Amino acid sequence: MASVVPRPHYPDYSTAAPVNHHFSPYADNGGSIVAIAGDDYVVIGGDTRLSTGFQIYTRQQSKLFSLSKTTVLGCAGCWCDTLTLTRLLSARMQMYEQEHNKVMSTPAAAQMLSTVLYYKRFFPYYISNMLVGLDNDGKGCVYSYDPIGHCERSNYRAGGSAGALLQPLLDNQVGMKNMQNIKDESIPLERALAIIKDVFVSAAERDIYTGDGIHINIITKDGIKSDSFPLRKD
Amino acid sequence: MAMVLAPEIPESGFSFENCKRNADLTKKGFAVPKATKTGTTIVGIIYKDGVILGADTRATEDTTVADKNCMKIHYLAANMYCCGAGTAADTEKTNAMIASQLELHRLNTNRVVPVVTANQMLRQYLFRYQGYIGAALILGGVDNTGPHIYSIFPHGSTDKLPYATMGSGSLAAMAVFESRWKPNLTEEEGKQVVRDAIAAGIFNDLGSGSNVDLCVIRKGSVDYLRTYDEANKKGVRQASYRYPKGTTAVLSTKVKNVVVEEVSVRHIEEMDTSS
Amino acid sequence: MFNTVDAYSAPPLWKNGPSPCAFHNFPGTNCENNDFTQHSQAPVTTATSVIAFTFNTGVIIGGDLLASYGSLARYRNCPRVMKVNDNIIMGAGGDYADFQYVKDLVDQKIIEEDCLDDGFKLKPRSLYCWLTRIMYNRRSRFDPFWNNFVVGGIQEGLPFLGTVDKLGTAYEDNAICTGYGAHLALPLIRDALEKNPLMSEEEAKALLTKCMEVLFYRDARSYPKYQIGVITDDGVKIEGPLEVSQKWDLAHMIH
Repeated sequence: MASVVPRPHYPDYSTAAPVNHHFSPYADNGGSIVAIAGDDYVVIGGDTRLSTGFQIYTRQQSKLFSLSKTTVLGCAGCWCDTLTLTRLLSARMQMYEQEHNKVMSTPAAAQMLSTVLYYKRFFPYYISNMLVGLDNDGKGCVYSYDPIGHCERSNYRAGGSAGALLQPLLDNQVGMKNMQNIKDESIPLERALAIIKDVFVSAAERDIYTGDGIHINIITKDGIKSDSFPLRKD
Repeated sequence: MAMVLAPEIPESGFSFENCKRNADLTKKGFAVPKATKTGTTIVGIIYKDGVILGADTRATEDTTVADKNCMKIHYLAANMYCCGAGTAADTEKTNAMIASQLELHRLNTNRVVPVVTANQMLRQYLFRYQGYIGAALILGGVDNTGPHIYSIFPHGSTDKLPYATMGSGSLAAMAVFESRWKPNLTEEEGKQVVRDAIAAGIFNDLGSGSNVDLCVIRKGSVDYLRTYDEANKKGVRQASYRYPKGTTAVLSTKVKNVVVEEVSVRHIEEMDTSS
Repeated sequence: MFNTVDAYSAPPLWKNGPSPCAFHNFPGTNCENNDFTQHSQAPVTTATSVIAFTFNTGVIIGGDLLASYGSLARYRNCPRVMKVNDNIIMGAGGDYADFQYVKDLVDQKIIEEDCLDDGFKLKPRSLYCWLTRIMYNRRSRFDPFWNNFVVGGIQEGLPFLGTVDKLGTAYEDNAICTGYGAHLALPLIRDALEKNPLMSEEEAKALLTKCMEVLFYRDARSYPKYQIGVITDDGVKIEGPLEVSQKWDLAHMIH
């Protein structure tokens, strides 16, 4: 039996019609999420552009989902998985409430999300998740995940298509990294809000999947407040 | 052997000496670095008195914006300009090379170079490289036979049209032309249609963005309208990000004095420019 | 490349010569895919773009009547803009067989609701949500319905417009186009809606007509006969077949 000669690949001469219909169940729909936690608040922002390839699906899709009065989930990545995951989570939140006669706390929801994601270990939800809220002491917390359920708590985080672009900026401006003669204290809410808007302005300049606008949720002990901010639309 | 009487003239054209090495490296898992693409919406139309070329100004490297305000309308000759889409280096160098050949041609023939000549040179050059020079061009110009727009594809095929679009935003721009272009547009109407076509690409195609550049070529005159329209304003920052003095860590300091060993003064005479 | 021999291919015509398939298989398009397991069917008989947007009192959806078989214009009277009930209209693109299957499911749902006779009617957002689950479920089994669905309707007095694709990706917007329409028609519609967000039904129809004309010029899988569906408070209208007005005088200018 002769060995199979590797066939030459001329992309410009291949026709897409008969063979290349391999189905991928995933799509990258872009989007970025940024969250900053303080002593008594947490802010989360997500851009409102839903896109695929070089095409914009819609300019007004919020990527934030409130799970309870103190918990918000931000999702970027595969939008069909996001729709499914968030529906599953809100059903779980309701089941918990009816079973235990209390609302699930943020750390508990964070643990649940990790479990739900790992359940799909070998056919994962392709989402960059960020769960924020107030913990049992009323302190702001940010939980970030990889698509298959690894979870990490921090005070600030950037995720999604511009995550790699923004995280070093947050390390410096929120985490006060690589600076001398600076007091390392948590920043006030107004400053956190301004930073979130500004980092999205920067991300919209350089990341093609981030733009159109941002939707912001501010979570304090009084509940969730909404805010929005326009970004460039190109 | 290089000698004074028979100097070694380097071979013209591209150097292919690293092709085999690079293919081996790729096979071993060393990815080829990505070239800057222009993503791009570029267009050209014929109007009453000449042609109008248009382009956006975004260059992309994969999904990040490499250049927010690049120039995609390149000079070819005094009566001809050419928009480039595709691999940024290819479009720039191809146009620069053809521009120099056109200038030599003009000096040889002592007349305005016809636009067909540029079209023929570009298509022959691109065909020779079988699409490996990734330049998709829109050539526009006015010569003694009138205004002309050509669209030139990377493999060397060309098309002579009254309106043409290229690049990833070409469909968005073409939709505008298909619904609004008509023969004998005035200059103002023409500029508006071209601006709107580019804006359609900027806003609807993620590979295109930032500003609109136009180039109006009439018989005997050219208006290169760089940043004709700033389609998007950059967002305004809310907070200040100035660092107080002393924020950056200084790891070590070393002062070395300059030792003056000798001082000499040299007077320079003024050059004689009288003759 | 010419004398590839494996158990599945015909032997070469002479020793070390080309195999029969080498003469009709051009490089890059050949059939020898050894590691290929077929999970999902490819679309076979397909319909092209769906164009939809909202106007001041309702929603308009347009789609042509062609179902293509590859590049062959095979079936020329395949309606794919449909009335679901008095609240909902729906348009579909992609595989026509899959569309007919899903349409049967939807029609059955409506019949079952009518049989209940409780006065409740399916609302557009409910159908949209249900379709999302159907599509996501099939994509998760690696056997997708190869369609884009566009659902339009009136809910709580406001126009509703949403879409679902073959993965279950779903979103709502005031302008939605699928297929080539997303590249060609959507820029025109977004621009028109930005300048005139509350256009009248007549203006909306004129805009849709323009879009169908542009699509006919530039989408090679399109067709000059099309249908439009309009839903307002007054109810549902499915109009057509309408004809694209074509202008080819431009052709005489190109030499």
